Amino acid sequence: MKGDGCAEMRLLIQADMDGELRPAEAARVGAHLETCADCTETQARLTALSEQLRREVPYHTASAALRARVAALAMSEAPTVARAVTVPRASWWQRLSRPRLGPLAPFGAGFAIAACLALVLVLPRGDGLTDTVVAGHIRALQPGHLMDVVSTDQHTVKPWFDGRLTFAPPVKDFKAVGFPLEGARLDYLADRQVAALVYQRQQHLIDLFVWPDDGHFDHGPAEGSRSGYNFLRWSRDGMAFWAVSDLNAPELADFVRLWQAN
Amino acid sequence: MTLPEIGPGATGPGATEFEQVVLPYLDAAYNLARWLVGDATLADDVVQDAALRALGYFRSYRGGDARAWLLRIVRNAAYDALAVRKRNGAASLDGAGPETDDEPLALRVPDPADDPEATLARRQGLVLLDQALAALPLELRECLVLRELEELSYKEIGHITGVPIGTVMSRLWRARRALMPQQTKEDQAKEGRAEGGTP
Repeated sequence: MKGDGCAEMRLLIQADMDGELRPAEAARVGAHLETCADCTETQARLTALSEQLRREVPYHTASAALRARVAALAMSEAPTVARAVTVPRASWWQRLSRPRLGPLAPFGAGFAIAACLALVLVLPRGDGLTDTVVAGHIRALQPGHLMDVVSTDQHTVKPWFDGRLTFAPPVKDFKAVGFPLEGARLDYLADRQVAALVYQRQQHLIDLFVWPDDGHFDHGPAEGSRSGYNFLRWSRDGMAFWAVSDLNAPELADFVRLWQAN
Repeated sequence: MTLPEIGPGATGPGATEFEQVVLPYLDAAYNLARWLVGDATLADDVVQDAALRALGYFRSYRGGDARAWLLRIVRNAAYDALAVRKRNGAASLDGAGPETDDEPLALRVPDPADDPEATLARRQGLVLLDQALAALPLELRECLVLRELEELSYKEIGHITGVPIGTVMSRLWRARRALMPQQTKEDQAKEGRAEGGTP
């Protein structure tokens, strides 16, 4: 018989098949499957459908002509990066056939990009990022969002990131000095994947966001508070770090010093 | 802390870099566009439009998952193209104005699971799986394509489609339920009641 419990279990069975479950949840699914024939059948049918989809459904690939047009677009339109984003589709075709500025065009391109970049750098982007990062921390404090992997062992957390991120974030534990590592998760901030390490200081949680540093955002305040949360950020070894917590600023600074020193 | 220098070292993203980010994922972009709009010519247009938009957005690209970044743009371009096609083609059929921003075109296609004939035909193997997938409502189809054909994570799918992970999970389930051949109408009715009763 199928009850509400099984209805909820279906999403978990599906998430298990999709590789989205933590080990503890996967174990819970496994335990349920041992006692529930209906759910076992659901799992079998989900798996069969998945295999059938990957086997039978066509993966449409871009034609050579389309590939060439996009490549040409990249080459010929790079100078106009700075212009407005929405452009009628016909217009770039028309421009392609129009005579261009000749050898001077690349200089124009460089100038347009430089002007555009300068504008980006002058704007208080770092401040906008502060809001984003603090919002990411607050969002993570909602039930069920804090950690994808729960482990106090840095040698468990670090390999967990392998294959989930295109970079390898450093992972450190400071349990001995009162900042135990509690776990980690993947997060998505400002259009990029980031690693989030979760630490505990008494009853306060600290999120440490880590991503490859490209310098683009390095223009806001290095420390401060936003919406009642303190933050501190730094860059090191090509990585950008943001520590965010409701912990008081001096102790958060202690935490950051520990990180930087070890 | 060292502040980055703004000077000769701070070069902008150029055409070469753009090519390196976009061209490797052009097949993924086309596949998604094709499954969303269901038409080869329109899919070509969508990908070209998306490439143009990507070029415009490129300075906001900060590294990271280029495929997800591009697919999000492709998805939005596809929705816009569908909205234009709908306005041009079906304007006389109903007096509805432009779609709302949050759920454009979603669920305008009848759910094949609600059609007894389609369900019967599928059970008898008369309808191919790709046709059944193509007939799914747009919002369900895009989730399943991103999951099964692009093998993206729930988080990435949520980012691309602009919905929370819980919504991705339920849409995937509804998509798969509609495609699973052996399931009887009674099962689906039961599930409908069970899901309807859950807040």
